[in-house]
Amino acid sequence: MSETGSPNDVSEEHLPSERASAEHGAVAAPAGDPFADPGLPPHQHRVQDIDERAAKRSERTVALLFTLSMLATVAFIAAYVAIPVDKSVYIFPIGHISGLNFALGVTLGVALFCIGAGAVHWARTLMSDVETADDRHPIAATPEVKAKVMADFKQGAAESGFGRRKLIRNTMFGALALVPLSGVVLLRDLGPLPETKLRHTLWRKGKLLVNMNTHEPLRPEDVVVGSLTFASPEGLEEDSHDFQKEIAKAALMIVRIQPDNIKDKRTLDWSHEGIVAYSKICTHVGCPVSLYEQQTHHVLCPCHQSTFDLADGARVIFGPAGHALPQLRIGVNKDGYLEALGDFDEPVGPSFWERG
Amino acid sequence: MSTENTAVRQAPRGERIADWADGRLGIYGLAKANMRKIFPDHWSFMLGEVALYSFIIVILTGVYLTLFFHPAMNEVVYHGSYVPLQGVRMSEAYASTLDISFDVRGGLLIRQIHHWGALIFIAAMFVHMMRVFFTGAFRKPREVNWLFGFLLLVLGMFTGFTGYSLPDDLLSGTGVRFMEGAILSVPIVGTYLSFFLFGGEFPGTDFVPRFFSVHVLLLPGLMVGLLVAHLILVFYHKHTQFPGPGKTNKNVVGMPLLPVYMAKAGGFFFLVFGLIAVIAGIASINPIWALGPYRPDQVSTGAQPDWYMGFSEGLIRLMPGWEINFAGHTLALGVFIPLMIFPLVLAAIAVYPFIESWVTGDKSEHHILDRPRNAPTRTAFGVAWLSVYFILLVGGGNDIWATHFHLSINAITWFGRIGFFVVPVLTFIVTKRICMGLQRRDRDKVLHGRETGIIKRLPHGEFIEVHEPLSREKLHTLTQHHQYEPHEIGPEVDENGVRRKIKRSEKVRALFSRGYYGKENQISKPTAQEYEEITSGHGHH
Amino acid sequence: MKKLSARRRHPLAALVVLLFALAVTGGLYAAFAPADKAQAQDSAQSLAIEEGKKLYAVGCASCHGTGGQGTSDGPSLVGVGSAAVDFQVGTGRMPAQQPGAQVPKKPKVYTQTEIDQLAAYVASLGAGPITPKKEQYDPAGADIANGGELFRTNCAQCHNFTGKGGALTGGKYAPELDDVEPKHIYEAMQTGPQQMPSFPDSTMPEEDKRDIIAYLHTVNSKDSESPGGFELGGLGPVSEGLFGWVFGLGVMIAAAIWVAAHTAKAKKS
Repeated sequence: MSETGSPNDVSEEHLPSERASAEHGAVAAPAGDPFADPGLPPHQHRVQDIDERAAKRSERTVALLFTLSMLATVAFIAAYVAIPVDKSVYIFPIGHISGLNFALGVTLGVALFCIGAGAVHWARTLMSDVETADDRHPIAATPEVKAKVMADFKQGAAESGFGRRKLIRNTMFGALALVPLSGVVLLRDLGPLPETKLRHTLWRKGKLLVNMNTHEPLRPEDVVVGSLTFASPEGLEEDSHDFQKEIAKAALMIVRIQPDNIKDKRTLDWSHEGIVAYSKICTHVGCPVSLYEQQTHHVLCPCHQSTFDLADGARVIFGPAGHALPQLRIGVNKDGYLEALGDFDEPVGPSFWERG
Repeated sequence: MSTENTAVRQAPRGERIADWADGRLGIYGLAKANMRKIFPDHWSFMLGEVALYSFIIVILTGVYLTLFFHPAMNEVVYHGSYVPLQGVRMSEAYASTLDISFDVRGGLLIRQIHHWGALIFIAAMFVHMMRVFFTGAFRKPREVNWLFGFLLLVLGMFTGFTGYSLPDDLLSGTGVRFMEGAILSVPIVGTYLSFFLFGGEFPGTDFVPRFFSVHVLLLPGLMVGLLVAHLILVFYHKHTQFPGPGKTNKNVVGMPLLPVYMAKAGGFFFLVFGLIAVIAGIASINPIWALGPYRPDQVSTGAQPDWYMGFSEGLIRLMPGWEINFAGHTLALGVFIPLMIFPLVLAAIAVYPFIESWVTGDKSEHHILDRPRNAPTRTAFGVAWLSVYFILLVGGGNDIWATHFHLSINAITWFGRIGFFVVPVLTFIVTKRICMGLQRRDRDKVLHGRETGIIKRLPHGEFIEVHEPLSREKLHTLTQHHQYEPHEIGPEVDENGVRRKIKRSEKVRALFSRGYYGKENQISKPTAQEYEEITSGHGHH
Repeated sequence: MKKLSARRRHPLAALVVLLFALAVTGGLYAAFAPADKAQAQDSAQSLAIEEGKKLYAVGCASCHGTGGQGTSDGPSLVGVGSAAVDFQVGTGRMPAQQPGAQVPKKPKVYTQTEIDQLAAYVASLGAGPITPKKEQYDPAGADIANGGELFRTNCAQCHNFTGKGGALTGGKYAPELDDVEPKHIYEAMQTGPQQMPSFPDSTMPEEDKRDIIAYLHTVNSKDSESPGGFELGGLGPVSEGLFGWVFGLGVMIAAAIWVAAHTAKAKKS
């Protein structure tokens, strides 16, 4: 379409006259090699290099940026003093946010950014932009240097008698190898030994199942089909000092399934009229599983998506967990409250080497 | 003797101070070597600077945070100014983080700068590493510096993880719980390691103060040391440069440290800091008040670690639940295998430079960067590695993908399980093809010139596109790279009929070498002779 | 035109064309996409159950059976109570549009009067949870902090810390709770719609539900505060990481390109 326009576009930057004027960085290449390094292209002036007015403009821009930075710092201090820490403001399109955080962030950002922008603009437009070449030197030492070092080392080694007096050498290695052991030994008191701590929870025969919402013991009639309830063992209070440690093992998930829908016989036996109590702690790595789908009776772990079928002994049907969620045997005491009929019969939570 | 007293001219004040320092520190010697040191200009060379500056920013803000943070796990009842948590029991660590966010003026900003800075720091290290990888900047003499940089990335990941765990909120606590489960899966010693790390059973009251000293002292200390070594080596080796006219393996072309780089790099620090400050002013990160304090019986969906640990999350989510019970012991492979693959994924990229140098057998120094297309196998390997990494990231966020793209979480998990093995192979093949295609295109451009887009009609009616010969600069840039020959083992039986033993490693090396540099695996670059023949013939067509 | 054709081989030309095409496609889609504004009609007042029965026969019976006994396409409605109807129809989930892993919420089809009539009819089929009154679900004066605790124990595992929703198995999901009406939240807890388990008053008393509603209103409504700035979806580290990469590292690289780029040269004259 525009045959006259295009050639200007494509070949402006490498006119033959320009190439010939390559002045520095020339390389001794075989004459006639079309791929030879033509050397550094000549320096081209920027507007600011030849037009003092443009340079002045750049200078003013840089100064303006530095001035803006000063103003922004003043604004930062003013915001710090003036805006209450709990003041909420509406800023479109962000929403209701902390006015102080927004003001401080933006003013600090502007104050810093303008310093940077000023310095870079200064460097880009006013400082020399002539590219030069620096020579590199090989990293490796010359053979003479290497020979001298080797000789020095040999002399030093010989003078030490390191190779000759084997007794000194061997005992020194022995001492150096042993001494870090004291550091290792010192780490022993980082924690107690596991013993059988991971095998037991607070659940015992006769412990009531306490609803974690109401902190009242649960009755069978409270738990309806399709509902989901979480329980802790009777006597474990939130302000007791090992609450975190104990709830990490004892947390319980209670659902009620129509007995006809329970596929596993043991699950049914250990339930109370279809009320089943499972450990809430995932057997994969210990997240609280509790994404209960009441129609499928599947429970999903939100951390790594292990899926368990609560109607079938909480067996794993998907995901990375290695075994079923432990079930707690429950019954009803003489007062009509749900109670545990013992501790879990296997360790709860993630697998560990001694679990067996 | 005291000629100083009778000096005719008093040197300017600045010079006198410099003299004083030189007499004690020898600064003139240092300055002579470095003040006008040349650095090449390219945006991708500044990715490492982004990492460096965000690291400095993270250290500065981190020191500020330690002034207000209480690394303690005793339980307190919150009475601060965030209403939805008033009266809730929480650890002191969590309560003090709430105070930093709501009661210390500017505390929230510093917290958010610290966290955004950390995310950007590790992201910048990652892309910096990719830049070094794909341009071959890791080659001799920079292999050691590559390892330093790699260690910085790994240490950065763990520093990030320990820092993320400090506020003891429900999300980070879930992450720590995962860590406990992972440690428990280690055969034989796992249970003991866990009890020693947590001072007993999980969660205990020890891990926050312990993570705190690891986060503020041990890991950053190591990182500062490595960083200094990394920078010293950058100065010592001088920077690499892209091929181009006037740029050789024996020089470095660019502008001097004083003044241009002093201004550009110094200014860039302020740009990075300013941008992170603005981001922290407008975008919320880790709003711990919305997450609630950690309790081992509570959890939220969408429980993920920060992005740099996302690939490990993917490994663990994609793994099937294998578990072996024998002789009274349990081996939780579903956890332990991902725990073992985690370092292998990282190591795969870390050891690559040594594999490549073994294959090439090249002992020379390299200061001119490769264009990624000219090293097709390396580029393909890098892209395949990235694709694995990306698959794992997708796997780690499978629940978010499921809800936002209306997919089944199980389907995404299966995609990840299969993709982990299949996708890298496909991306390797495709990338290699693309690289070779680009090499072919370069070859065509050199020999036939550039397509101008101008269509010309010849007198007899034929249409042709006008090709314009490349400039000498361009010709040089496209042909300067070195092409290796495949490594030959040589005959097994020499001319005297003596069999020599060919080591297995040598055979493997030859196999690799063919895969890298065989006829089908790289396009030979045009020779001067080919060029002369074509250009002296009928010009361009 | 000349200028345009000269630039069409620019390295960025393809990108510009692509962006332009995407913008046009999106714009056309937005212009022609069907607007789903359900037209609701007023209906004359009459005996609620009778009217409800008529509505039921037209809109519901094909799936739930003529007497609410259920079919293979829809569950029995005997004993689900008026609260379930008010929730399902009031959030537009019923009548369902198409089969799928889960019935999504959509603009409601019936007016509140019609919903009340339907609810009255379904309630007459068998006793079940009753539509709550305002004093039962009104969050005013409730204990927000307690609501937060309860939310994290009972709800967050599926609905996320602040009710942004989450994934369940096989394409099902727990919906986000942004600006869901207090009544509907109450009814959902009471009745356990679809895969959601119920939280009946026997295990989660009325005050607890009000606390939860108050908490949700505080952290997830139009007026919720996000002190730190953009909430980024409230999804946690995934969206933060994405933002950090795309925006955070993106602006850093843009800055780096500016710092390292050659300054414009003076035009040769």
